[in-house]
Order: sequence, then structure tokens, then C-alpha cells
Amino acid sequence: MREQELPSVSTATNPDGDARPLTSAVEASSVLRRAPQYPPDKPEGFSVVGKAGPKLDSFTRVTGQDRFADDIFLPNMLFGKMLRSTQAHARILRIDTSKALALPGVVAIVTGADIPVRYGILPSSPDEMVMALDTVRYVGDPIACVVADDELTAEEALALVQVEYEPLPAVMSIDEALRTDLPQLHPNPRRTNNIHKEVHLEFGDVEAGFASADRIFEDEYFFEGTTHAPIEQHAVMAQYGADQKLTLWAATQTPHYLHRIAAAVLGMPASQIRVIAPPVGGGFGGKTEPFAHELAAAFLARKTGRPVKITLTRQEVFYAHRGRHPVRFKLKTGVKADGTITAIHLQSWLDGGAYGSYGVATTYYTGALTTVTYKVPAYKFDGCRVFTNKPPCGPKRGHGTTQPRFALENQLDKIADALGLDAAEYRKRIAVDPNSTTVNGLRVTSCGLRECIDAATERTRYKEKRGKLARGRGIGLAASSYLCGAGLPIYWNAMPQSGAIVKVDRGGGVTVLSGTSECGQGSTSMLAAIIAETLGVDPSDVSVCYGDTDLTPVDLGSYSSRVTFMAGNAARDAASKARHLIAQSAAERFGVGPDRVGFAGRRVFDLGNRERSMTFIEAAQLAEARWGTIACVGSYTPPKLAAEYKGSGVGPSPAYSYSAAVAEVAVDLETGEITVEKITLAHDVGRCINATNVEGQIEGGVYMGLGEALMEEWPFRAGEHKIPNLLDYKTPTSLDTPPIEAIIVETDDKEGPFGAKEAGQGPLNPVIPAIANAVADAIRARIHSTPITPEKVLKAMDAASGTTLRLKKVTTPSKPSPVPV
Amino acid sequence: MQAIKVNVNGDVRDAMVEPDESLLQFVRERLQLTGTKEGCSTGYCGACTVLVDGEPVNACLFFAVDADRRHVTTVEGLSGSDGTLATLQRCFIEAAALQCGFCTPGMLLAAAALLERTPSPSEHEVRAALSGNICRCTGYQPIIKAVQSAAQALRREGASAPPRTPQRVQARA
Repeated sequence: MREQELPSVSTATNPDGDARPLTSAVEASSVLRRAPQYPPDKPEGFSVVGKAGPKLDSFTRVTGQDRFADDIFLPNMLFGKMLRSTQAHARILRIDTSKALALPGVVAIVTGADIPVRYGILPSSPDEMVMALDTVRYVGDPIACVVADDELTAEEALALVQVEYEPLPAVMSIDEALRTDLPQLHPNPRRTNNIHKEVHLEFGDVEAGFASADRIFEDEYFFEGTTHAPIEQHAVMAQYGADQKLTLWAATQTPHYLHRIAAAVLGMPASQIRVIAPPVGGGFGGKTEPFAHELAAAFLARKTGRPVKITLTRQEVFYAHRGRHPVRFKLKTGVKADGTITAIHLQSWLDGGAYGSYGVATTYYTGALTTVTYKVPAYKFDGCRVFTNKPPCGPKRGHGTTQPRFALENQLDKIADALGLDAAEYRKRIAVDPNSTTVNGLRVTSCGLRECIDAATERTRYKEKRGKLARGRGIGLAASSYLCGAGLPIYWNAMPQSGAIVKVDRGGGVTVLSGTSECGQGSTSMLAAIIAETLGVDPSDVSVCYGDTDLTPVDLGSYSSRVTFMAGNAARDAASKARHLIAQSAAERFGVGPDRVGFAGRRVFDLGNRERSMTFIEAAQLAEARWGTIACVGSYTPPKLAAEYKGSGVGPSPAYSYSAAVAEVAVDLETGEITVEKITLAHDVGRCINATNVEGQIEGGVYMGLGEALMEEWPFRAGEHKIPNLLDYKTPTSLDTPPIEAIIVETDDKEGPFGAKEAGQGPLNPVIPAIANAVADAIRARIHSTPITPEKVLKAMDAASGTTLRLKKVTTPSKPSPVPV
Repeated sequence: MQAIKVNVNGDVRDAMVEPDESLLQFVRERLQLTGTKEGCSTGYCGACTVLVDGEPVNACLFFAVDADRRHVTTVEGLSGSDGTLATLQRCFIEAAALQCGFCTPGMLLAAAALLERTPSPSEHEVRAALSGNICRCTGYQPIIKAVQSAAQALRREGASAPPRTPQRVQARA
């Protein structure tokens, strides 16, 4: 069927006299359409997907009507507060809670001894407990939890708990963690140091690759640790009923994992626990695992029989952390004279903080995606994560791939300059090809990397500007790729990664049940759009019930950029089955085959003769009369992608998104102050489901990258986080954030829902190296560590001009890379 | 405990409060107006911004007793009594000026205060007025756009009708 034969349905009005407006009729201007608008499985064309439209939940957000976890108040509730370690590393000799318990209004106090169960988000590193049993490992490590009639009393009680510590030497850096004369945070008889995880992988003939190189570049980099700083502080409300059922309302991106671990830690059947994820006030990876306060609240609700709420203070949010790992890198790249990469050897050392968290996966991720952006025929990766007496690091937007991207793109510019190559053309020439396999066995399908580079560089006239601007002005390019969900679940199982139930009401409404968590990324609108597109209704006709383990089928959670691809596919699967039922009964009425039935604009019609039609409501009732209740299930399981080597489970994804960023900066050569004037980012999202959401994710990723590039730091002094507050921990304000231009590139991924890929994390990754490359262009000197501060700018300029050498060189640990144990 | 009488969103509320109770605790816990959010309790993030006599304040740093005999506007007071969205709220939705929405109530009130005193703000004036309100999701750009388009719409509306907040609230007290 040719496109021009089809009448437009995108601006459908209210065919059945329905007064409700259609909410998704705006064409998006920023989309570079590369995907067909009338694919075989969507013969009526798109009427919802690809359009711009408001987020469905924005109406209740702007009126303050939504209840976030901390907004829930229950009758007779108690307020909980956690006592946290004042020592970076110490043995606990004694805890005396008697004075605190005697305080009027205090109802109960628990300590580590009450819940002596080890857990961890990854089954491979169960090294956490709700509260310390005998050892505290960072300032902020939970020791006890008090519940009282009001918050103030709980706080007062904390001051009355007496803890006697025996201080231990604190391990505060990667270098110290590699030493053998300091105590181990987690006793490990197989080691003498504080190494948590080592990874050693080699693919292709690395030795031959370097031998055949014309030039070899070796550099060292440091990526500073950062935190998510969502504006919503973590919060939980726990209720234990007389029916012995526990309900948790938690600000979590992963209700399913909280469900699993709460059952294990509390020793309760999972069937007696219900986890509800209310809207989350920002996550960025910081709310992707069960936290001590959630489990403590659950325990105390059961112990006292009264609802317990715990909301962390901002300082505690900095302690809960799970933020970006500080990583040191040694990067060795061999290239031919024309720049073709012959081999890469990447070594990473991750400062993991006190516990495992997702750290094993993070370690792999610092190396796994190196090969997905540019062609690398031989690749060696050595990764090493250490324990230190700091808040535990974990996943933050870009999980483990952001740090090496800073190193790789920085060095790539250096290579281009050394070989006299245009940095954009060079990147395009070595870009991976669509439908290829990397040397470490990762399957690349749709790939719009070259299109992204073209779009971002043409828009900014990059080639005319780079190296040609006045000193003090610079332009920089970087590219990257990211997962659309990890190919394997974090705990081994053969079940789907996402499930959905779609129910069609005889009144024309459609409800979807999905285990996702809405943390602002727009999963609700995405699900509504996919279902509305499939059934030809408006997104506002779709009610999304999410994140409730009693009601919604399991979705592994809103992390790993998996929700559009996986929950979207599950929802589409369920909605397609409902569509099929409705199409069959409508086809009988029309006297045509079910393939000839189209759905759009709240109408169901004969594709061959659109005059022959009925309203969606009529069609839904016809189907219900014919088949019974219309409620269909769908699920999504990624294809088997892992190669046959240990560690091959981290890196595979059903698809990869691609991005290219161009940053334009002005640097004050006197003060070193950097002003980012504009960031242009092109992102291959496969196909955009909702252009407004995709642009929002791109702009948000750029913003978050900007902060990490220029200002965010994770400093410690005397074992203590120096700046656990939102004033000293600098994040960009409205005055610091430059104009951001988002360009959406479509490649129509064959396995994504309607061709869609992710947009939540990928766009952050190229921003930091793009700014670094722009600053290098402006000052004719390279800075090898983040954040790129005025001080470093001045020192780098001094070093480049050979005047004084004030910039401390970035180094990696002097010890050789650890050998496999 | 101390007795206070506060006009909150047009309703006069009599209450007994602790002398050290913050306005944030007062609206969230006593009045159950949970639209106002706590983001840091130290005045750095702006999530708890409310208007006191039309001026934006961090409710976490403002004592409830200091709101005695004054007019407080929270996000719940922005829309009309019939639930009609205020122009600013409508513009926030249209410009996609929110993602998680947790900073949004504070942003809206900071923006409302700006538009009250500066009906035609420049982009820089908008950015400066919102610089005490941190948003970690959007990168601010759509928020700036929303405030600017609200300013434009309000100027158009203003030609035919008097401005609504906070005068509307004061008129009812």
C-alpha cells in the first residue's frame, strides 16, 4: 500500500462525539525521520507514535495532587530515624539503647543484631546488612533504627543511643585499598588487600594488534565520583496489617527487587508482601536497590504493628549514595597511520566504597561497551574494583560506561590531531557498522552513529570551527553508545524480563498493568502511547497502573534503560493480542478478513474502505460479546545474546542506542572559568515513541553530564564526606545550564517496540568528553580528569606552555595490573 | 504551642503550632497539603518554595509562627477553585517543563512570584529568578520556555482581566 493512498489519521477529532481532546496530535520538529511511517505491521500509519505530546501525569504533577512516598500519611503512624556511624571504619564494641528507649514517645529501637541477614542486590555480592552487626564501614553506615510517635522525638532518641567504637584504620583511596597492610573491609582469606572484583578479558590477537600499529597512544585518566542528587529524598512507608501482610510504599526504581529482598531479609513469604512504587521524584540509578531504611521500616512495622515512615534527610541521601564510581584508567590504543584502530588495552580501577551494590556489574561495564561504538579488532580489558571506607558506589545514569567514554573520546581527539585527521570524519570512518558483531561478541543491530555525528556536526558547523576559533573559544565532539536494557537479569532465571496485562473496558477505556516504576522518565506516557497506537485510541484513554507487586506483572525495574524496549514490547505484545480479538469480531461485521481492519482516532475501520467503520467503543463491546472479557497478557524476554566466556553476561543488550554531542565553550584565559555556550546532541533512539519525552531525556542527560564535566565532586576528609549537602555539592542551576539542542535520529530497530530504543541514559555519555574536547580546543591543552575546573584549566595551560608545571599528572596505581586469582 | 491564623490559598486556618515548627511541616503535616515538597530542609534546593504575601520563601526555613496573619500560597492554591489550571500550570504542561515533578511545585511558585513583579521577564531574568530552585531532570530549558510563554499569555489575558495571584487570595481574606 503506497503512502499517498492513505488518508491522514493523525489529527483525528472526536468521531464518536467524545468531547475529550486527543492529546497527541503535535508534530515534532526535532526528528530526523529515517523510519517508515507505514510499516507492514501498522498499515494504517502512525497516529500516536512519534508525535509530541504532554506527559500524561503532568496534570496531577502541576497541581500537587500526586502522592510521592513521603506524601503518604497513615493513621497511628510512627516516624523512623536511623542512627549512623560517625566512624569511617570501626568495630562496634557496645550499643546501649536503654536511655533512648526510656524517652517518652519512643516506641521501639532495633539494631543489627535484630536482623542479622546478609543481602545484596547482586547475588554474587551479598555483603550488606540492614544495620551493622559488628563493624561499620563508612561515616553514615546504619547502626540502629528508632521509631517514635513523632519525628522530633525519634531524632532526640538517636542522640541518646550510646555506641562504643574501636576505630580501625580507614581505607580511603584506591591506592590504599591495594595495600596489604590495612584491614580488610570484608574479610577475604583469598586476598591480602581490599580488592572486591577483578576482571581480565582478552579478545582477538591483542599482541599482534599492537605489533601492527603505526602509532601507539597511552594515556591515564581519572573520572571523579558523582552522585544522583534526585530532589526527592528516599522515603518509605511500611504497614503491617492484622492479616499479617506487609505493604511497602517506597521511592524505588525497582519494586520487584525490593519485593524479593524484603522477603529474604524479613523471612516472610513474598506472597505476604506487597511493594508499591508511587511516583518517584527522580532516580537516575540512585533508587535501584533495596535500602537499609526500607527494610528497617518494614521490620519495625511488623514489630510494632503500626505504620512506619522513614524519609532520609538530604545528608543521609548522600550516605545512601550508590553513585558514580570514581575510576582511574590506563588506556593504550594502537592505530595505523590512517587512524584505523588495531588494538585497545583498557585498564580500570574503580573506587567502590564500602559495599558491593551493583559494583561487579559496574566493573564489567567500564570495559564491556568499549567495542560497541568504534571498530576494535583486538581488545584487552583489565578491571579492578576495590572496597574503601566511603558510601557505596553503584549505578548512575550511564552505569560504568560514562567513565571510560571520557577517556576514549578524549584520546580519540588526540589521535585525530596527531595523525592530522578531521575528528568527525575520523570517528565516522571507524564507527561500527549496523548488523555487525564486536570482537567481544556483542551483537549490534540498528546503528545510527554516523547519522548522529553528521547531524550534530552539521548543525554546529563543527568542521569549520574546530581548531580555527580564537584562543579561548572551543568546540568539541564526542560520540557514544548505550544499552537498551541488560540482556540478562541480575539474578539468573528463565522468566521474562517484563510482563504486561492489557484490559479493554466496554466503555472504551484501556488499562495496562506493568511492573515499571515512573521516576519522571516518562514510562507511563510511553506505555500509554504504545497501547494507544496499537488499539487506535488516544493516550488519554489509557490508564497505566504501574509498580505494584500485587497487581502488576513483574518488570525488573526502571534501570539499565530497559523500560521502553522491554516493558514497551511486553505492553505491545498484550495490546496486539487485544487488537487481534477486536479485529476479528469487527472483521466479521465488516465482512472482510481481520488483516483488513485498521485502528485509529478511536475508530475501527476497514482499511480498504474507511467509510465502513465503527467507534472503538462499539468494537470493544462487539469483541467482549464475542470473546468474553478482553484482557490479554504480554511479556518480553530478550533473545539469547551472551557469548561463551565468563563475564559475557554484562554488555549484551537487544539493541544499542547511539549519540553524538557537540559542545561549544568559551574559556576565560585569565581566570580559567569555563562557560558552556551550547550543547547540541543527536541521538539514535530507533524510533521515538513520544518526541517530547525523548527530547526531555536528551536535555536532562546533557544537563546531568554538564554537572559532572564541570563541577560535581566527591571529596573526603578525615574519613568523612566533606560536602553532603546541595549547596556545597554543586549541581548546575538554571544560570549554569546552556541552551541544549536535541536532534532525534530514527533508525527503526527491528526488535524495539515500533522500532524504538532507549533515550534515558545514552545521551549523557558523550557530553562530558565533548566538553573536555571543546576545552582542549579552546586552550590547546588537554585535561585528563573530571571535573574540568578553572584551576585545572590554568594549570593545563601553564603545563602546555612549559612555564610552570602546576597540573598534577593523572596516574594509575603503580602496582602492576592485578593478576587473576 | 502557639496559636496562629493563616490565610492558606484563600482559606483562613486557625492552628496551634510548635514555636520551632516550619511552615513546610505546617502545610504538609497539619494541613495535609502535600503538594509542597521537602528536598533538603536547608534552603538549598527550593523544592519547598511557597509564597508568603506574594513573596517566594523556602518553607523549610520559615517558621510557621511567622506566617501568622499572612497569606500563604501553595501549589494547591494556584489553580482555580473549580480546578481550572492556572495559565502557568498549563504552560508547564505544554512546554513539558517537568519530568519527575518533584521540584515543580516550588518552581511554579517561584515563577508565579516573578511574573507578578516582572510581567515581561527576559530569559536571563527568568533564569535568575529560578536559580534557587534545582531541577535534576529537565535541564531547565523547557521550564524557562514555560515561564516565558506564561508571561506572554498572562499579558494577553491581563488586557481584559485583572491578575489573579496573589491579589485574588488577598481579596478573599
